[in-house]
Amino acid sequence: MTPPSLPSTLFTIARRDLALAFRGGRQGGVVLPVLFFLAVAMLFPFAVGPDPRLLARAGGGVIWVAALLAAILPLDRLIEPDMQLGCFDQWALRGIAEEAVVLVRVLSHWLSFAPALMLAALPAGAMLGLNGATLALVELGLLAGTPGLAALGVMVAAVTAGLKGGAALAGLLVIPLAVPILIFGAGSLAPGGESGIALCAAASLVLLALAPFAGAGAIRAGR
Amino acid sequence: MQAAPHQAISPASPFPANTRLAASGVACRRGERVLFAGLALALGPGEACQIAGANGIGKSSLIRILAGLAPAYAGAVERAGTVGLIDERLGLDPALPLSEALAFWARIDGVGAEARAGHLATLGLGELGDVPVRYLSTGQKKRAALARLLGQGAAIWLLDEPLNGLDTAACAVVERLAAEHCAAGGICVIASHQRLALPGMRVLELAEFVA
Repeated sequence: MTPPSLPSTLFTIARRDLALAFRGGRQGGVVLPVLFFLAVAMLFPFAVGPDPRLLARAGGGVIWVAALLAAILPLDRLIEPDMQLGCFDQWALRGIAEEAVVLVRVLSHWLSFAPALMLAALPAGAMLGLNGATLALVELGLLAGTPGLAALGVMVAAVTAGLKGGAALAGLLVIPLAVPILIFGAGSLAPGGESGIALCAAASLVLLALAPFAGAGAIRAGR
Repeated sequence: MQAAPHQAISPASPFPANTRLAASGVACRRGERVLFAGLALALGPGEACQIAGANGIGKSSLIRILAGLAPAYAGAVERAGTVGLIDERLGLDPALPLSEALAFWARIDGVGAEARAGHLATLGLGELGDVPVRYLSTGQKKRAALARLLGQGAAIWLLDEPLNGLDTAACAVVERLAAEHCAAGGICVIASHQRLALPGMRVLELAEFVA
């Protein structure tokens, strides 16, 4: 019985993460955030009226806000269930660093919501009457910004795991911290604001670099 | 407290000869209260120890300190060897069928399908492979966790109330597994308020260390 190497162990953990997310066993899985995202995009024209110019101007921002809110939905099942199950204890006993597990979790969380969200942004963009160039910028911005949202989500989920009302608290904590990504991402849609995407990606990278260490620290402190 | 191993360790021991679990001057604090202090323990290959005491005296806390999952308030713990832990948390996905939930840990521990089936059979779970973990009874869940422990192949077993919910037959199986583990050169620490019949096992009354 020789334990497999660390990369293959992490691959095993990633496969479990994704299976849990996509099977939807834990509260809605992948589908719920996407439906929520589409519902917000659909509600907006009802609320502000069908003026195409207004929709085209505000639509990109609406997609960004909807994406941010959709990314918050699965927070309570990112870390908390595995703490309850004792999985983090068992990984620690096998010498698998929390940092590595958190990094894998950021990756699998991103895979479980971002591609679906970017796909759903196409019909959402159509509902809001965005033109092709704007929609392309939205997609590019989402590609740059969602990794940061995933990292932020896992970090905050780790900090709030085990707290009473942790899910609601996690949502409240993520929103202000996600503001830079939102500003740069949605700001890239303004005329001449394309460089916002680079700043959005930069914010994402900072969060990605921070997440494994902050998340692992929170998990260890929460034991 | 160092005692000679009570039984002959088979020469083909899968665990290194320097396998060791030692604690010195360990104290545990919960909130404002020090649960116990000055606890010392030294176990070598083939030795078993039961941690006995009433509810709430700190048996589970001590197990977590020994596992390195919780910091000791004072003192030091020394471990040489891989650690396997059984406590009230299964580590098995409740929605998955038992065999799949165990297969996850088997992949991490590098256990083949054949060995895994053997562990299930040893613990009398052979028929339950298709049953989702959440439908298992308390005793069956405990046995499932023991199957995971067998797969891990750890040298130091830390068992927190392993007999909870088990029937007489299953208790006997746990005692036999623990005895075999020690005979193979492993270390076994069992926190339980029930008496176990394990040859040569020491008993550590936690009440003696209450601060």
